[in-house]
Amino acid sequence: MTALFSDASLLVLALAIPAAVALLVALAGRCPNLREAVSLAGALLLAAVVFLLLARVLGGARPSLHLATIAPGLDLALALEPLGMLFACVAATLWIANTVYSIGYMRGNDEPRQTPFYAAFAVAIFSTMGVALSGNLITLFLFYELLSLSTFPLVTHKQSPEAMRAGRIYLLTLIGASMILLLPAIVWTAVATGTTNFTPGGIVAGHVNPLGMAVLFGMFVFGAAKAAVMPLHRWLPAAMVAPTPVSALLHAVAVVKAGVFTILKVSVYVFGLDTLRETGASQWLVYVAGFTIIAASFVALSADDLKRRLAYSTIGQLSYIVMAAAIATPAAAIGAALHIAAHAVSKITLFFAAGSVYTAEHVTKVSRMNGIGRRMPWTMAAFAIGTLSMIGLPPTAGFLGKWFMLGAAGSASDWFAVGVIVVSTVLNGAYFLPILTAAFLKPAGGPVGEAPVAIVVALTATAAGTVLLFLFPDVPLRLASAMVAP
Amino acid sequence: MTLAALQHHMPLLVVLMPLLGGLLVAIVRHPAASWPIAIASTAASLAGALALSREVAANGVISYALGGFPPELGIEYRVDAVNVLILVVVTFMALATLVFARLSVASEIDEGRQPWFYTMMLIATAGLLGMAVTGDAFNAFVFLEISSLATYTLIALGRDRRALVAAYQYLIVGTIGATFYVIGVGLLYLATGTLNLELIAERLPEVTSPRALLAAEAFILVGIALKLALFPLHAWLPNAYTYAPSAATVLLASTATKVAVYLLARYIFGIFGLHREFGEISGASILILLSLAAMFLASAAAIFQNDVKRLLAFSSVGQIGYITLGIAIANSDALTGAFLHIANHAVMKGAAFMAIGAILYRCGSERLDDLAGIGRAMPVTGAVLTIAGLGLIGVPGTSGFVSKWYLVAGAFEDGKGWLGLMIVASSFLAVLYVGRIMEIVWFRQPGRVALAAAEAPGALLVPMVTLATLTVLLGIAASWPAEMAHSAATALLGARP
Repeated sequence: MTALFSDASLLVLALAIPAAVALLVALAGRCPNLREAVSLAGALLLAAVVFLLLARVLGGARPSLHLATIAPGLDLALALEPLGMLFACVAATLWIANTVYSIGYMRGNDEPRQTPFYAAFAVAIFSTMGVALSGNLITLFLFYELLSLSTFPLVTHKQSPEAMRAGRIYLLTLIGASMILLLPAIVWTAVATGTTNFTPGGIVAGHVNPLGMAVLFGMFVFGAAKAAVMPLHRWLPAAMVAPTPVSALLHAVAVVKAGVFTILKVSVYVFGLDTLRETGASQWLVYVAGFTIIAASFVALSADDLKRRLAYSTIGQLSYIVMAAAIATPAAAIGAALHIAAHAVSKITLFFAAGSVYTAEHVTKVSRMNGIGRRMPWTMAAFAIGTLSMIGLPPTAGFLGKWFMLGAAGSASDWFAVGVIVVSTVLNGAYFLPILTAAFLKPAGGPVGEAPVAIVVALTATAAGTVLLFLFPDVPLRLASAMVAP
Repeated sequence: MTLAALQHHMPLLVVLMPLLGGLLVAIVRHPAASWPIAIASTAASLAGALALSREVAANGVISYALGGFPPELGIEYRVDAVNVLILVVVTFMALATLVFARLSVASEIDEGRQPWFYTMMLIATAGLLGMAVTGDAFNAFVFLEISSLATYTLIALGRDRRALVAAYQYLIVGTIGATFYVIGVGLLYLATGTLNLELIAERLPEVTSPRALLAAEAFILVGIALKLALFPLHAWLPNAYTYAPSAATVLLASTATKVAVYLLARYIFGIFGLHREFGEISGASILILLSLAAMFLASAAAIFQNDVKRLLAFSSVGQIGYITLGIAIANSDALTGAFLHIANHAVMKGAAFMAIGAILYRCGSERLDDLAGIGRAMPVTGAVLTIAGLGLIGVPGTSGFVSKWYLVAGAFEDGKGWLGLMIVASSFLAVLYVGRIMEIVWFRQPGRVALAAAEAPGALLVPMVTLATLTVLLGIAASWPAEMAHSAATALLGARP
């Protein structure tokens, strides 16, 4: 079976399947059942393809494919390496859960314009796959921009004035940053080094002076505004106006992950961890990311809107990954890679739960969640697992990444980073645990009533995934280690 | 005439075919006959331009002596890697415009005037081609006037009475520009005793009076700058584009300014050089400054327009700024970017103005507010406008990205990374004005106008979908134009000063 497909054809399939889904969904718009069946089948197929690729990457293969030459020196190319593989696995797996959830949510809430919704969703997954598989900075940039554009109709799905305003902030921040900072950073890299290919060990060493390197690194970090490092974080809370499945896509499956993925990928394969460490080009970022973590936690502490609290939690969690990339030791990078997967599966659980609560009871405020754990036990049990993971407690996935990052910060004698991780863990507990105590310890105050079954199935699955990832971290750990292996 | 002879006369024929076609249309003066004649003569001219491009790529520069007189006495047509690109762009865009024109003109212009419209389109095209192909400074003036006079007429044929004012305004400015240019040419002739551009360049080092040269340079460059709407000499352009008939706007936006840019590059690299000091400041710095002003101020002005054609016109002034910036940076990558952008911008702006023309055809309005929700009624037209808009921004996957990449790379190579940042920062303004159109077209509730509209007819869709496809194609596989632009850049940089 596996021998049927060449490496290159699997890469093509990983892009072609979501593209085909987008097309078929648009064609099947008249018939909702068929449309949803196509989405789900596409998600399952994509996961199958990605797992075939995973088996090969774990076996040591590095599939690559040249797509097109735009102009001399400007190539579109795919090349799969362990970090991209990890991101592709996360996105493909969660697309299944998100599709199941979307079916329950969109129908349960009678949302309008569902066909454009599913089509744009598939285009977003297509772009995400492209980001994960890209073999050079130009290809990455192409799909990165496509991801911003394709998620705009999703963010503005409601088409209310508020949604349009949020969409504008969303698109202008993301496109503006990538165009004004990321693109010149890529051109600079290309002009200085003569290549944009992702290369183990990096390409810029010896081509850019240390000060220039710090500037260039900064242009990459803030250019990838999807990572929401302060002060370019406002788009994320603004975008929570979108329906919950879109929030899940933004926070877990695709968008923010594409941001931190870009930063980590650039750190490892463009700069090289050794170069970053030796030149100190990324040292300043430890402080910026550390500030973002603490500040975001304080904002989350005071937010009464559940999705807003989750959004600021995401901003903090992303900056863990960015901070780890800036520490730039192999252990920190492993922690960062693991945290991409861990945060994805836990945050999607939290958003699924928030959407479930909204669908069943139209509750959006934390202050109105008293006793809700007794009314919606499945939903809130999953929510509890998600929060444990956010805090970084075993037996959940969040523990893994944090453990590695804390260890890396300690052995790098970066006591600022250690302090940030410790303090933020306390703060995470402070803004998540009261929700749990209110939900489970206050009286129920109403009958038991869960959200539609598709929603409950999806959030139970991702909650289970959060625990399983803790119990069986073998695959992501092997990928992350292969990423930093010399 | 044998094939070889035909090939020998090709530099002349490329210009002559639309010119004779124009005359023929005027003589026949029958509405039904005009369009086929126009299409046939332009298509023949395009075929000629493509043949020339093959020959230049194979054998290098083609020198054609008009009437057999040697360059010292007569007029030389000189085709090299630089202007062959312009010939291809102009003939191709003229053909695309004419394909689009049939229905558009039929709905916008009285039947009796339609033959005149086609005549003027063809003569304007011939004039532009002549400006590109000639190697003679005075002959370039003649063609400049031919194309300009035809253009004034084209603008004046617009439905709106304000078209007359716009045409008149352009006539005044254009005449001043042409006069400046011819004064400059006269001074050059006095100093060097020749009108042939190659010979002028050859004899320039022996010229003893630097003041005459300086005056010639100032007159010629300002004259051309008026024609190409270099900021701040662009005031004529928004009105002209806004009130001209749709097809005329397409032709103007995609070809007229581009040929003037070519002529500017020809004079700068072939004769004057970039580094003459005007007082404290060099020519290159002046051009960089004006280009930056165009990129930022004109693009910013575009954001606040309420008429789509005017919005796109201001965008054009901004986009021309990128091209002149590439000329001012003057290294291989920047010039490649500039020439690529000449071609890419012609295609995408052509597509955008065609989409607006199609909307006008269906709805009778081009006010931005009337476009609310039009994307749902005219999805293909809306998609064309979207792709063109993404190209104007320079989103990867569109041709605009490739030209901007080369420009930014050129800036970085020159150690002027800050100029690269300026290019991308001003592109952000394009995000704003394109975003404004997109939001209205796709996300606003359909208004009275959009509810009554239907998708544009196939005859309008074919040319604009072709151009939109080309915008994407040239963003994914642009090796051919990139190499042509690169040869053009190399040829210019290899020229004398």
